[in-house]
Amino acid sequence: MNDMTPVPVASARAIGCLDAPVRKERGQHAVFCGLTGIIWMHRKIQDAFFLVVGSRTCAHLIQSAAGVMIFAEPRFATAIIDERDLAGLADVHDELDRVVAKLLARRPDIKLLFLVGSCPSEVIKLDLSKAASRLDRQFFPNVRVLSYSGSGIETTFTQGEDAALAALVPALPAEPTDAVPSLMIVGALADVVEDQFVRLFAEMGISNVKALPPRRSTELPDIGPNTRYLLAQPFLADTAKALEARGAQRITAPFPLGVQGTTEWLRAGAQSFGADPARFEAVTAAPAARARQAVSRYLPHLEGKRVMFFPDSQLEVPLARFLANELSMQLEEVATPYLHRAHLSADLALLPAGTALSEGPDVDLQLDRCRESRPDLVVCGLGLANPLEAENITTKWSIELVFTPIQGFEQAGDLAELFARPFGRQSRLEV
Amino acid sequence: MQLTLWTYEGPPHVGAMRIATAMEGVHYVLHAPQGDTYADLLFTMIERRNKRTPVTYTTFQARDLGGDTAELFKNACQQAYERFKPEAMLVGASCTAELIQDNPGGLAAALQLPLPVIPLELPAYQKKENWGAAETFYHLVRALTGSQAATFQRGTPESEGRRARCNVLGPTALGFRHRDDIAEVTRLLGMIGVDINVTAPMGARPADIARIPQADFNICLYPETADTTTRWLERTFRQPVVKTVPIGVGATRDFIREVAVLAGLDPEATLSRIEAEVGSRLPWYSRSVDSTYLTGKRVFIFGDATHAIAAARVASKELGFEVVGLGTYSREFARDVRAAAALYGLEALITDDYLEVEEAIGAVQPELVLGTQMERNIAKKLGLACAVISAPVHVQDFPARTSPQMGFEGANVIFDTWVHPLMMGLEEHLLGMFRGDFEFKDDVAASHLGHGHGSHKAAARDEPIMVSEQPSVAALSDAAGHAAGQISLVWTQDAEKELKKIPFFVRGKARRNTERFATERGVTPITVETLYDAKAHFGR
Repeated sequence: MNDMTPVPVASARAIGCLDAPVRKERGQHAVFCGLTGIIWMHRKIQDAFFLVVGSRTCAHLIQSAAGVMIFAEPRFATAIIDERDLAGLADVHDELDRVVAKLLARRPDIKLLFLVGSCPSEVIKLDLSKAASRLDRQFFPNVRVLSYSGSGIETTFTQGEDAALAALVPALPAEPTDAVPSLMIVGALADVVEDQFVRLFAEMGISNVKALPPRRSTELPDIGPNTRYLLAQPFLADTAKALEARGAQRITAPFPLGVQGTTEWLRAGAQSFGADPARFEAVTAAPAARARQAVSRYLPHLEGKRVMFFPDSQLEVPLARFLANELSMQLEEVATPYLHRAHLSADLALLPAGTALSEGPDVDLQLDRCRESRPDLVVCGLGLANPLEAENITTKWSIELVFTPIQGFEQAGDLAELFARPFGRQSRLEV
Repeated sequence: MQLTLWTYEGPPHVGAMRIATAMEGVHYVLHAPQGDTYADLLFTMIERRNKRTPVTYTTFQARDLGGDTAELFKNACQQAYERFKPEAMLVGASCTAELIQDNPGGLAAALQLPLPVIPLELPAYQKKENWGAAETFYHLVRALTGSQAATFQRGTPESEGRRARCNVLGPTALGFRHRDDIAEVTRLLGMIGVDINVTAPMGARPADIARIPQADFNICLYPETADTTTRWLERTFRQPVVKTVPIGVGATRDFIREVAVLAGLDPEATLSRIEAEVGSRLPWYSRSVDSTYLTGKRVFIFGDATHAIAAARVASKELGFEVVGLGTYSREFARDVRAAAALYGLEALITDDYLEVEEAIGAVQPELVLGTQMERNIAKKLGLACAVISAPVHVQDFPARTSPQMGFEGANVIFDTWVHPLMMGLEEHLLGMFRGDFEFKDDVAASHLGHGHGSHKAAARDEPIMVSEQPSVAALSDAAGHAAGQISLVWTQDAEKELKKIPFFVRGKARRNTERFATERGVTPITVETLYDAKAHFGR
């Protein structure tokens, strides 16, 4: 490691949790399904529409998932399967064609339509990829029609984004064979964060940077063997596979959360493109220092506090790494719905050795452990937060970590603040 | 297959959750894939409940489908019993589990757990949330009281020398103001001189449900949830039912009389005694001259059947509004809503399609919308005043203060919340008189509503063709309808200018009336004369 590494790496910690055992449990999982990803994806790609083919439950889930109803005009809808559809499968495709035609006639601004599979559509084996290619033939080039599954039997929460992006990859144009090497940032980020990263890479001399997903479906990035990609989100297993099938190469890096993660993520990109190390330092020194200062403001509130993660977004491991290394918090348990060892290798290596890791735990058993150890802070979903608060256990809603710009230098302080806020609030209240 | 942007009701198993969560000592084991646990947050976040919902989800995954999902369900039941030690258990399937046909009822029965286990069959592809709640409550009551039916004897208040007692049935978790309605109705019943035997499902335990037959009569407070149950109890335990829902002053008076009669009390004496003590301020507020400006305000009403029907009566008879639209998403009660609509010379709108409601509201251009959170959104888009009267609920529908809809206090709350969004009397006159004032912007809302309520972008609804920056499904369909029907109508410049002098909140109606007048008479182009001819023809 060179001298830019912000945290000194002791030899005992050099491998961190790279090979650490992971607790696995079967039982009730209190997590969202992949349909929930539509809530941010439909805002990220501004000319895309997400049509869930599912039940009333699916429609109800999406409108409830953000905790309250969202009242902007949605670019998503549900084609609710009813009894008549279940009676004969041949009918369902006709019905779907009718619904899609009606939808597209009313929304001529839509250029990309995702048919999104759900638990019921999977169980009745409704072939949405067939439907999508049929509809794509009918509506292309005005509208491109793709499909993916956001079903709860196959995907957890953020895996919905993974499935959507993986479905988008085959539609990306091929780069010319003599294309100059380009960098692709993969995973939905807040626009402001994406722009910051592009700016930083440009200052390092890497100007050929593209993003997946793009903000408009008409701006799909091209791809090929000269594309190297950096994952900006830890939940993109299938997308990575699809990108590699198109020849792109992954740059291994920790995820850009906190000063350490952001520095190492940017460095991995810079090194891959042979950027001058001195230039890298010159470009990152000021924002990294600013970020360190912003993070350090919350150190007194968080230092030494014990934190437990309930599974939610797969962001848990890099977040835990940030809290442990930059805010000196103690990790009581880090639970994640799915632990992708390869994509998380750099983060796992930086995690304190001996951290209790668990994958998809049984919510009742984890609650038992939580009540037993009474951590100072529990990061959990909305179904558990108020009940735990009522037991005098301080919580941070995990969904906010998905809906807030938290990546990059300029957001590192905001990320720390999200964890400090519950304590700050407690200290204000005298009721 | 139905294209749905927003739904008024969740699936029927969410209705079952509303019953289980409202009660104590009941646990619901739901065969469902992971993801269906989202429903927990409706209760913990929207209603701010401080306990987990009493629901165990099997959360099966794709890899379980090839294996033994039935075994998964049995384990979940056994573990839920051991962990939560409920006094009664509900078992059922969500939409996906319904398709894999594991028969939760049979599986749970095979476990022979030492407690009442009530199987629920809630067809998710036909039925919805309120039906699910009603069905769950009915099966629960039936299971826990049915064994008494053959032998049950109940004395009268006179023979037993006691006050009359009743059950208050229907309040659930996640209900619109149920918590506060129960407080108000409990107070009212106390004043009438009737004891409450059981309030259920809210706050009741299975043992309380078993005591339901001991009451002399039932109050069906929320027919959406309790109608099926109270009908069955009437047949089985000969318990008469109070069917008047006490929303509004008139209905509260009717309710008191109806209860008094069943309790063997003098209805009129009881009513005057209570009104002398705690009557509503609504009658005087409505008669005070300040309220003159409320006269004939055009109001569109949409909600569940109970609240919509009640709102129409209050709006029309107690506030002097004109009801110009009445509808419901509760198909089970469509007949009642149709009958109510007929009282106001209207055809009821029975639909669960949000786009249809939006279209209906756009077409009648009301001055006030009384609806659900969905209609609040529609009203916001159209620049109309709105108050919420019914579920589906939002975190704002669980105010910290006690804010009932029922009883005399409920009538006070209704007066305030429905009148508040409207333009106040004098302000409305000034806007009408001095259209040219440079500070009177078209999209300005009543000044007492502050900043957030202003700048209704879409207030320009009266423009011939409206396509907002982000064309919505509804806006576009509306625009298409507009274009098809009215393309031939031409306004002279002077007439357009004159139209602009009419306050925006009635301008849409003026344009529509004028165009209808012109179309009917073949007048073209529309001049200032036509505008005033139409005004004279239609009145206000």
